Amino acid sequence: MAMLEIKDLEVCYGVIRAIKGISFEVNQGEVIALIGANGAGKTTILHTITGLIPAKSGSIMFEEKDLLKTPPHKIVGMGMAHVPEGRRVFQNLSVLENLKLGAYTRKDKAEISESLKMVYERFPRLEERKNQVAGTLSGGEQQMLAMGRALMSKPRIILMDEPSMGLSPLLVSEIFDIIRVISESGTTVLLVEQNAKKALSIADRAYVLETGNIKLSGKASDLINDESVRKAYLGE
Amino acid sequence: MSFLSYLVSGISLGSIYALIALGYTMVYGIAKMLNFAHGDVIMVGAYAIYTICITWGLPPLVGVLGSIVICAVLGVVIEKVAYKPLRKASSLAVLITAIGVSYLLQNAALLIFKSDTKSFTSVVNIPSLDLFDNQLHIQGETIATIVVSVIIMIALNLFINKTKPGRAMLAVSEDKGAAQLMGINVNSTISLTFLIGSALAAVAGALLCSSYPALSPTTGAMPGIKAFTAAVFGGIGSIPGAMIGGVLLGVIENLSKGYISTQFSDAIVFGVLIIILLFKPTGLLGKKINEKV
Repeated sequence: MAMLEIKDLEVCYGVIRAIKGISFEVNQGEVIALIGANGAGKTTILHTITGLIPAKSGSIMFEEKDLLKTPPHKIVGMGMAHVPEGRRVFQNLSVLENLKLGAYTRKDKAEISESLKMVYERFPRLEERKNQVAGTLSGGEQQMLAMGRALMSKPRIILMDEPSMGLSPLLVSEIFDIIRVISESGTTVLLVEQNAKKALSIADRAYVLETGNIKLSGKASDLINDESVRKAYLGE
Repeated sequence: MSFLSYLVSGISLGSIYALIALGYTMVYGIAKMLNFAHGDVIMVGAYAIYTICITWGLPPLVGVLGSIVICAVLGVVIEKVAYKPLRKASSLAVLITAIGVSYLLQNAALLIFKSDTKSFTSVVNIPSLDLFDNQLHIQGETIATIVVSVIIMIALNLFINKTKPGRAMLAVSEDKGAAQLMGINVNSTISLTFLIGSALAAVAGALLCSSYPALSPTTGAMPGIKAFTAAVFGGIGSIPGAMIGGVLLGVIENLSKGYISTQFSDAIVFGVLIIILLFKPTGLLGKKINEKV
């Protein structure tokens, strides 16, 4: 059984069907990319998985528990972290306070400071700026903070929404290197990206979304050579 | 000496405004709504003390504690019944509902306690203070109000900045969705905010009616409006802003009463508010609100 299994998911905004009954799965240890144009429904899917918006029908099973029947604030404690689109760090709180909020559901103080050490090792810049107010960080630093904050919950799966958005090419590469490291340390990754080339370069498998439907799916290495994908998403 | 006396009683009155303003500003910060029924919670609290201490003859401490519990529960119930179903509604609908709750409380009090003004007995039992060869006379109530308010404000600051539920309140007030992703229960955090705000209103009611001992169903209305003004003055959503705004408002009001005109003191207070908002539309400590696109 897959770690995360989405079946016939339908999501509506008022009368508009944003997600038109899609199914996909994420297996333990994989990096899965959801790619597609603006408005295809990528962010909506992630928001529905972590309960930020309600689903109309279908099911989302995470380690055999139905997330659609779970109170949203309980999801992170089950081992699923979400790095939302636009980072959404707490602008008025310090870097350290943001990271501590990431560990909100955890109790063991020693383990939390262990995680904090790990996050600082992975993102040395966050340690340098730990007392700085998050709103004053650069876009790249805020992305790192959002990722670090998610890691503070010690997730088994991490959902990342457009981590490359608004960043310089150099930073994009840095962020993708970090995603690879996170994956290699055993965390499963579900990645939503408009930067299809980058996403396919680190993913094991990918799903191509088009206006609320899955149009294509397969191994990332196959998709990257697929004629239609190259034309539509890789600009070739 | 009269200046000092006006100043001290202004600080005392202002501390009461500050306690009430904290309720407005915390609820605004977290639920992005103006809870216009907040002033009437003060009145309910004062009637609770009146009933417990005068009708039943129990000691003042029991009255104050009972009033805090009643108001805290009332605040949570108001949120659950009246405001929670409207969380996604337009702010105008919420505002009208808040005004409706305000009238409901006032009329319920009118029904139960009738319209005659009750004379409230002070819950404060400390001697007054005479300073500078008896030239400056400070009431026990004034001292108690200032001391209690300072303690509450320090405790509230510690709670918000040092405890987990306090941090959760800050997180929810900034971004409900992101707070939920951290595992924070947004609904119970909002309830907690109403609970604390209403408990503070109960304390404010006890102190207010001890200094100004006339109690009627509209007792909470004017202090409520003044405290709301104080919250806007300090920057709505800002906790230190509400504290500073409240104290400043009380001082300005009392000095205007002392030196300019008793009748015009309210006009002067609101005039100062208008001038401040002209130059600093977000209030003294208010932050610029970034509208999300």
